[in-house]
Amino acid sequence: MYRLRLFAIRHSRAFEWIYRRVEQTLVAMDPLFARIGYERVERPVALVEKAVKTVLFDCKMCGQCVLSSTGMSCPMNCPKQLRNGPCGGVRPGAYCEVKPEMKCVWALAWDGASRMKNGSQITEVLPPVERNLEGSSSWLRVSREKAVHLREAREARRTTIAMAFSGARKVEPSTAPLVEEPEAAHRDVTIDPPAGAKADVKGDKT
Amino acid sequence: MTQPDPATTYAPPPEGHVSHSRLERVLRSGRFAITAELNPPDSADPADVYEAAQPLSEVVDAINATDASGANCHMSSIGISALLTRAGYSPVYQISCRDRNRIAIQGDVLGAAAMGVSNVLCLTGDGVGVGDQPGAKPVFDFDSISLLRTIRTMRDEKVFLSGRKITNPPQLFLGAAENPCIEPHDWRPDRLAKKIKAGAEFIQTNYIYDIPLFEKFMARVRDLGLDKQVYILPGVGPLASARAARWMRSNVPGIHIPDDVIKRMEGAEKPGAEGKKICIELIQQIREIAGVSGVHVMAYRKEHQVSEIIHESGILGTRIK
Ligand code: SF4
Repeated sequence: MYRLRLFAIRHSRAFEWIYRRVEQTLVAMDPLFARIGYERVERPVALVEKAVKTVLFDCKMCGQCVLSSTGMSCPMNCPKQLRNGPCGGVRPGAYCEVKPEMKCVWALAWDGASRMKNGSQITEVLPPVERNLEGSSSWLRVSREKAVHLREAREARRTTIAMAFSGARKVEPSTAPLVEEPEAAHRDVTIDPPAGAKADVKGDKT
Repeated sequence: MTQPDPATTYAPPPEGHVSHSRLERVLRSGRFAITAELNPPDSADPADVYEAAQPLSEVVDAINATDASGANCHMSSIGISALLTRAGYSPVYQISCRDRNRIAIQGDVLGAAAMGVSNVLCLTGDGVGVGDQPGAKPVFDFDSISLLRTIRTMRDEKVFLSGRKITNPPQLFLGAAENPCIEPHDWRPDRLAKKIKAGAEFIQTNYIYDIPLFEKFMARVRDLGLDKQVYILPGVGPLASARAARWMRSNVPGIHIPDDVIKRMEGAEKPGAEGKKICIELIQQIREIAGVSGVHVMAYRKEHQVSEIIHESGILGTRIK
């Protein structure tokens, strides 16, 4: 879907608009989701999200969507999975260092951002991807985040990233989420450590 | 040389400084700083490190210990940095995001600082495909920019990214790389701005061979006021021959060498001497560009030549080393 991805970036302004509408709709649906239970909607929403975004953006379901801050060019398609701009190896003609047949994801991103209403978001310093959120729905994270707003979890692990990357937190809250994760978001990736190991993990978290 | 007590804790840095780094002192005092790259040995012998460091030590403010550059395996950057601090040299500990994840890197940052390292250079790293072990797993957990912000958070907020407290934070002068002469040219200065926002205090660039292109970059950097927020040390190095230059251009990621430079090398009777001459001229030209704070000299396994280049370029001036 490389061609569609290029198309979406060329029309970044329109896609930015559409994307915001989807987000707003989902945020408005928070009371409904809360009633059904976020654990139960996680799976179906994630499936829809994956289908739509894979076609349009070559989405990799990192769970922490930053498209609005990257010119609608999905940074997970960068072979180095950079989140903050192009590496130092871009080839002449703006082709990728690692995959020379592909345009550099970040050269495209900056180009896409230049046409967007909130394109300047690309200057925010984004945190690293939380790999344990891979596969979960970023849309739901945004809706919970915005709706729950300040009823957020106060885990140090979360608040530190939110503090260290406060700019990103402002423009793309889901990259440094403070809300708790529903069980279902983790089901695929978490491997329960054996009973003894769990105690160790706790001992380390002073 | 007398060894200090190995368990001494470091005193707080001088007023207005973030570290005890000599490089930081030189830059903040407005002097023209000089750094150079030490090429890591393929051995476990400390003597190899000291042999390479010796010619550099007389002419530079800090010695960069490369971290498996070009994705080739050599002695580690942290090992070299530790050896250098032991002998009283001031290293720039290079950290590439290619080979280690956030757990390893944050731990190494504390380890390096404990061994007396006071400069770090945060790099993304070349892809594994160009190196000697293309089957390796590329990590890239951080990118250079989130890494900068993380180390700054460790230093200034005294916490790991997990929120756990650091009782004695690392006192580090934070550096990043920039590559002004490659695509996307229009956005490179904006990316530099992002690195500064993330925490970069000094910048060492990749090789500059194209002065007009670099000047254009610097003009934009000055327009954005970035030269007032960060110290910029452009990178230079001698070419060995026209053939080597062509090879570098097509095989090493991120190297831009204009055709006229290659032509000049082709026409030269003694290509080695011509390469050195070009490098000296580049240093002299770069020095005159507003917003430049120093120079970074790199030459693969030719530390003696680096020292000669620095002497002959006249940048040492009246400095007493
Ligand atoms: S050239 Fe662009 S897409 Fe390729 S690895 Fe570098 S930043 Fe990523």
